[in-house]
Amino acid sequence: MSAANTELKQTGKTSLYEFHKSSGAKLVNFAGYEMPIQYQDGIIQEHTHTRNSIGIFDVSHMGQLKIECSSSIFPYLEKIIPLDFSAIENNQSKYSFLLNDKGGIEDDLIVTKVDTGIKIVLNAACKDNDAKIIKDSIGEGFTAVLRDDLSLIAIQGPKAVDAMEKIFKDISKLNFMYGNYFEYNKKKIFITRSGYTGEDGFEVSIKNEDVQDLTQDIMRVSDAKLIGLGARDSLRLEAGLCLYGHDIDTKTTPVEGALSWAIPKIKKEKGGFLGDKIILDQIKNKPKKIRVGIRPEGKIIAREGTRIFSNDQKEIGHVTSGGFGPSVNGPIAMGYVDYDQSKEGTKVILKVRENMVQGVISKLPFYKKSYVKN
Amino acid sequence: MTEKKYSKKHEWLEVNGSVATVGITAHAASQLGDIVFAEVPAAGKSFKKDDPAAVVESVKAASDVYSPLTGDIKESNQAIVSDPSLVNKDPENLGWFFKITIKDQNELKDLMNKSDYEKYATENPN
Repeated sequence: MSAANTELKQTGKTSLYEFHKSSGAKLVNFAGYEMPIQYQDGIIQEHTHTRNSIGIFDVSHMGQLKIECSSSIFPYLEKIIPLDFSAIENNQSKYSFLLNDKGGIEDDLIVTKVDTGIKIVLNAACKDNDAKIIKDSIGEGFTAVLRDDLSLIAIQGPKAVDAMEKIFKDISKLNFMYGNYFEYNKKKIFITRSGYTGEDGFEVSIKNEDVQDLTQDIMRVSDAKLIGLGARDSLRLEAGLCLYGHDIDTKTTPVEGALSWAIPKIKKEKGGFLGDKIILDQIKNKPKKIRVGIRPEGKIIAREGTRIFSNDQKEIGHVTSGGFGPSVNGPIAMGYVDYDQSKEGTKVILKVRENMVQGVISKLPFYKKSYVKN
Repeated sequence: MTEKKYSKKHEWLEVNGSVATVGITAHAASQLGDIVFAEVPAAGKSFKKDDPAAVVESVKAASDVYSPLTGDIKESNQAIVSDPSLVNKDPENLGWFFKITIKDQNELKDLMNKSDYEKYATENPN
C-alpha cells in the first residue's frame, strides 16, 4: 500500500495558516504555499456541504494585482488580455487570460474594473511571472502591485448569500460577476459575487489582519465549514472549470481550451492582441484539438494523463483533469481530443492501467446550478 | 485464525490455514481519505511477494495494493467493488481485498505484529 502524498516543505503560509491547523487541516504544499487539502470531515463531505449549504475557502495564495490607472491604460492591457476594457462596467468582473505571442495561455485570471483602476486575481503558481508580463506591457507610467497585505477567501454555496447579508447589508443585491466595497472592522474591503465551484458565492479581498475575524464571523452566523483544496478541485471539475497548468497552459489557446466565449466579439473580429492571428484562424477554421468533458462508464477513474482512443483504436487525445464527482456520483474527466472526435455523445475508449474503459464525450459542466441575477 | 500481521506497505493479513486474507490497514485507509474505487484481482491469478495485486482510489489519488505474499488468488471481495466506501468504514474486516494461498511460510516472518506496525505507521505515515 503506497499512498501518493505531497511532501511538506517549509514554504509560504497564508494568514489563516494557524487557524487551518487548529481546525484539523491536512496541509500540503501547493504552488509554494502550505495549504489545507482537507479538514477532518474529508473531501466528499466538504464537497457536498458546499453544494448543499456553505463553505469557506482560503485562496490567499492567489495573486491580487492592483493597477492604479485611468482608461489610458486599456490599449496596453488589451495587447496581452483579450478583453474590451472600455465595455466593462465599473465594478464588473470578467474571466480572461494573459496570452503569449503564440496565443497560448500564460495564466487565466479575473479582471475587475474599479473606480481607481483595475484589479486582477491571478493563479498562485503564475503570479510573479504574470506581474512581470503585465508591468513590462504597461510600462513605467502606471504602478502595478501584487498585494501581499491582502488575503482572499471564497464563500460558496446556496447559503452563502444569507450568511453574507447578515454581515454586509445589501450584499445580496450584487449580481454574479460584479463587486463592490463594503465595510468590515471599520475598513473598506472589496467583495465580488463570484467563485470557482459552480455555486453562488462571494470572494472577499480583505486585510491579512482581519481575515480570521471575518472567517469566524461567517461561521458564527451560518453553518459554514472550512473547505480544502481537495473539494475545491472536485467542485470546479464538476462545474467544468479549468485548472491552470493542467487543463490549460502556455501551449493551449483559449479556442483549444473551449474558452473562446470569454473573448468579446469585437476582439474575435478585429484581433489586436498577442497571438491574435493564431486565435482568429482557429476560431474560423476550427482548432486541431479541443477541450471536452468525458464521462467514463462504470466506476473507474480516468485521471490526468490517461490516453484517449477512438472506437477504432486511434489515439485521439488525453485526459487533463479526472476524478470522482461526488455530486454526479461517478467518475468525470476533462481532456483534449481531435476536433473531429469532440462532438457530444461521441464514444471513446480510455486506457486506465490495463483496462480499456468505455467513455462518452459529454457536455460541460457535469453539474449545473444557476448563478444569481437580480 | 491467527493474530493479524502487517506489511511495511500498509497491508494487513490474517492467516487461516494455507490461505491469507489481505486488506489495507485502518491507518492507510484514513491516510487515503474517501475511497471511491477498488479493483481486485481475479481468482486464479498468481502474484509474487510485493507485486501490485489490487488498486484502491480515493478522491485524491490512485494507489496500488501489494501482495504481501507469493501465492494464487483464491477469492476477491466483490463487496468493496460495488461499495468502495466499505474500505473506509471497516478496513480491517468487511473491507478486505483478496484471499491468497500461502506458498512460502517463511514470507510470514517478514511481517510485523500489531504493536510493531502501529509504531512503524506513526514513524512512516505514508
